Amino acid sequence: MISANGLRKKFAALEVLDDVSLDVRPGAVTALVGPNGSGKTTFIKIVLGLTRADAGSFSVDGHLADAAGAYRRHIGYMPQAARFPENLKVKDVLALIRALRPDAPRDEELVSAFGLAAEMDKAVGTLSGGTRQKVNAAIAFLFRPSLLILDEPTAGLDPVASGILKEKIRQVRAEGRSVLITSHILAELEELADDVAFLCDGRLRFAGTVAALLERTGQTRLEPAIAALMRIEGARRSALVEPATTTGWPTPAPEAL
Amino acid sequence: MKIVLLVLEAGLRDLTRNRWIVAYGLCFLLLAEGLFWFGGTGPQVALSLLNIVLMIVPLVALVFGTIHMYASREFVELLLAQPVPRPQLFAGLFLGLALPLSGAFAVGAGIPFAWHAGAGTGGGALLALFTAGIALSVAFSAIATWIALSTEDRLKGVGLSLGVWLASTIVYDGLVLAAAAAFADYPLEKPLLGLMLANPVDLARMLVLTQLDVSALMGYTGALFERTFGTGLGTSIAVATLAAWCAVPLALAARRFQRRDF
Amino acid sequence: MKRRLLLAGFVAALAAKAPPLHAADLVVGPHAPYATIAQALTAARRGDRVVITAGLYREATLVVRTPHITIEGRDWPVLDGESLRTVLIIAADSVTVRGLVLEHTGVSNLDDRAGIRAEDVRGCIIEHNRLRDNLFGIYIQRSADCIVRDNEVEAHGASQTTSGNGIHMWYSPGTRVERNRVSGQRDGIYFEFSPGGVTTDNVSEHSQRYGLHFMFSDSCRYERNVFRDNTSGVAVMYSRGVVISHNRFERAWGSGAYGLLLKEILGAEIRGNTFSHNSIGLYLEGAVRMKVSDNDFVQNGWAAKVLANADENQFTGNRFSGNAFDVGTNSRTATSTFDGNWWDAYRGYDLNRDGIGDVPFHPVRLFALIVEKHPAALVLLRSPLVAVLDAAERVLPVLTPEALVDHHPQMRPRP
Repeated sequence: MISANGLRKKFAALEVLDDVSLDVRPGAVTALVGPNGSGKTTFIKIVLGLTRADAGSFSVDGHLADAAGAYRRHIGYMPQAARFPENLKVKDVLALIRALRPDAPRDEELVSAFGLAAEMDKAVGTLSGGTRQKVNAAIAFLFRPSLLILDEPTAGLDPVASGILKEKIRQVRAEGRSVLITSHILAELEELADDVAFLCDGRLRFAGTVAALLERTGQTRLEPAIAALMRIEGARRSALVEPATTTGWPTPAPEAL
Repeated sequence: MKIVLLVLEAGLRDLTRNRWIVAYGLCFLLLAEGLFWFGGTGPQVALSLLNIVLMIVPLVALVFGTIHMYASREFVELLLAQPVPRPQLFAGLFLGLALPLSGAFAVGAGIPFAWHAGAGTGGGALLALFTAGIALSVAFSAIATWIALSTEDRLKGVGLSLGVWLASTIVYDGLVLAAAAAFADYPLEKPLLGLMLANPVDLARMLVLTQLDVSALMGYTGALFERTFGTGLGTSIAVATLAAWCAVPLALAARRFQRRDF
Repeated sequence: MKRRLLLAGFVAALAAKAPPLHAADLVVGPHAPYATIAQALTAARRGDRVVITAGLYREATLVVRTPHITIEGRDWPVLDGESLRTVLIIAADSVTVRGLVLEHTGVSNLDDRAGIRAEDVRGCIIEHNRLRDNLFGIYIQRSADCIVRDNEVEAHGASQTTSGNGIHMWYSPGTRVERNRVSGQRDGIYFEFSPGGVTTDNVSEHSQRYGLHFMFSDSCRYERNVFRDNTSGVAVMYSRGVVISHNRFERAWGSGAYGLLLKEILGAEIRGNTFSHNSIGLYLEGAVRMKVSDNDFVQNGWAAKVLANADENQFTGNRFSGNAFDVGTNSRTATSTFDGNWWDAYRGYDLNRDGIGDVPFHPVRLFALIVEKHPAALVLLRSPLVAVLDAAERVLPVLTPEALVDHHPQMRPRP
């Protein structure tokens, strides 16, 4: 669904993404993980077209990025924290988003599942963080996109809403669409993730299935496996060893997925 | 175009319910009506209002505009993630700021004048006053937008806005005054009038003054004003330059919006 | 002074009315006993009345040599100078001219052609005439105690040099000029070496130079006149004992335009007038001991300009509102005084509620001084910077001239 090839991005002297090539496959949930500042957000923003890569290319569902942003028809995005203009009502926000994609197929399931009908006439500024996050999630799923990008999706959601969202994610996966998800809650990723992409210091250190990751790290669960990845990276970093070649972690090749 | 209108509509919905904007419009309403109430004739009210417009419109457009653009950041990112071209999104966003600001001024100050049927203010003077207020709203909204898009640090951005405000309302004129004193031995009128073109606040002031008969009263220099800005050609130049003061920062902001990483 | 004026008026009235009722009416017209005005004038005896019926009369300059006659138009006969000559000359005492239309003297560089000229006479009355398109309208020279009233004088001269004055007094003491309307002449009303005149209720407008221009004419009175839209306003110069009250000075715009210019004047009274929409409302140059009281200064560029050589002038009970500058001066040591005026720019308070502000008012603002010194700085008029300067000045009044202070600013305009 995403096919990224050699993405690079520098902010001033800082190499935020360094030659990242990653494929996100359809019908799977890919967890994008890594320590803070590893380049996860930048990767997502490049795919969304918010940020431009210095080099490399990517496509979404086979569509190359274009200047007018038409390829974004295929993406649903749920940012980490949504802020809408405070004085807009919930229905105004939804109406705007719908009107921006008049021809797309609709999926209003989350709107009703989250009980947003009762919130429609409230100004966004008066909503609780959780309710705003529900609106945010509903918007991401609104158009049956073939790719969903969810940035810390359950942060701020209550357990019930969180459960509804996870169920929705599974449903999307079952429909053969793909989901790219970042989260700090590793237990949650464990529940959902099929694949893992691990970024550190702007480089992709691992990309593969959860099973492959468990095998490589000798762990039985995702959480300790990722912790192990981070430890190894941390040790490598403090030892100032030349990356990639000496860690025993092969640079992921597409066929590894 | 449809996208511009959609984004603009959302912006209008938001800001027309914004209490600062409403207070801003009310402030003009009360001021103008108050001036009428205290026995001002139309031209007197227009003249008093001019001073307020020259100070307050740039200040509010800059500071409110900058803060608003920073506050819209996450929303803009969400919209950018939709299949929407950036130029249209920018146009909608900018108009969504500039229209409510201009509108609050125009409606707030306009109602008392309409209510009193102009109260003896010439059509040209009213047109000039409202053109000036709206042009300043647009020009400084554009500058605010540019600042917010170019400066990552919000505090720095707002500081920069305040700096621009001080520079254009006070400091620039201070330098002009210093120049007038320093080069007193030279015929300065024309160069100084030229300098007035380089500052939108001065330009707006000239435009209104020439319509309010004030400059005509001011002897030789006033007569020169009148000849420079009061004629059809002069007014056209003033209006065109004022339009450029809207267009150039707007173009810079648009370019910045087009190119920047969010 | 007053007595002399009264006497002059009395003599004039006597001259006009004392002679016996007119012995005969000499009627002029195409079908009347007299075909030309000249014939009738020649035939007229003391006390007769020459009645000119409606029609167009083109005759050589008419000269009235018989005293105590009346020349009266019936249904507005038109006397045409054909752009060649003065139309009518009064050369005898106590002649009355009324009801005529006198027009087209044409322009000459050699003589001051006029619609009506009075020369070396006493007690003429020129009333209810219409003077159109003449070089000079009514020209009174070396004559005493004449009355010019209710005339309409109108010209459209192209420039100052091809146009004369509307009502012109030269060496003619005791002239009364009343209820005339003058428009489009060089100077609307002009007095030179003509003391003791009384000018009331006239309207003088659209003059190419001054609405009223007078020099070397002591003890004159000007009351209830309206001077408006005159290119240079009104100039009163080189005279003493002048009273100017309840006139309106309006819309004298541009460089060198004054609502009222007082130059080298001693001891005049300027009372109850309205100065509005002038570049400079009242301009005092070498004017000494003026009493300027109870006037309205409304929306002028400078309400009053007091030059350094204008001494000991007193401004009391005036009302200043909507002026770009209230008082301008080129001096920091002016000796004129301001006391008990109302200033719309006054921001003081009145704790003891006696109607007088507790804080003195400085009518000369810093920016006015700057502009006086550097005229180009005027481009900053109404700039926010100037508002800041004004505010600073209220806190630090040391910046403005100490002398020009109103210690008793009124909280409300005196009615």
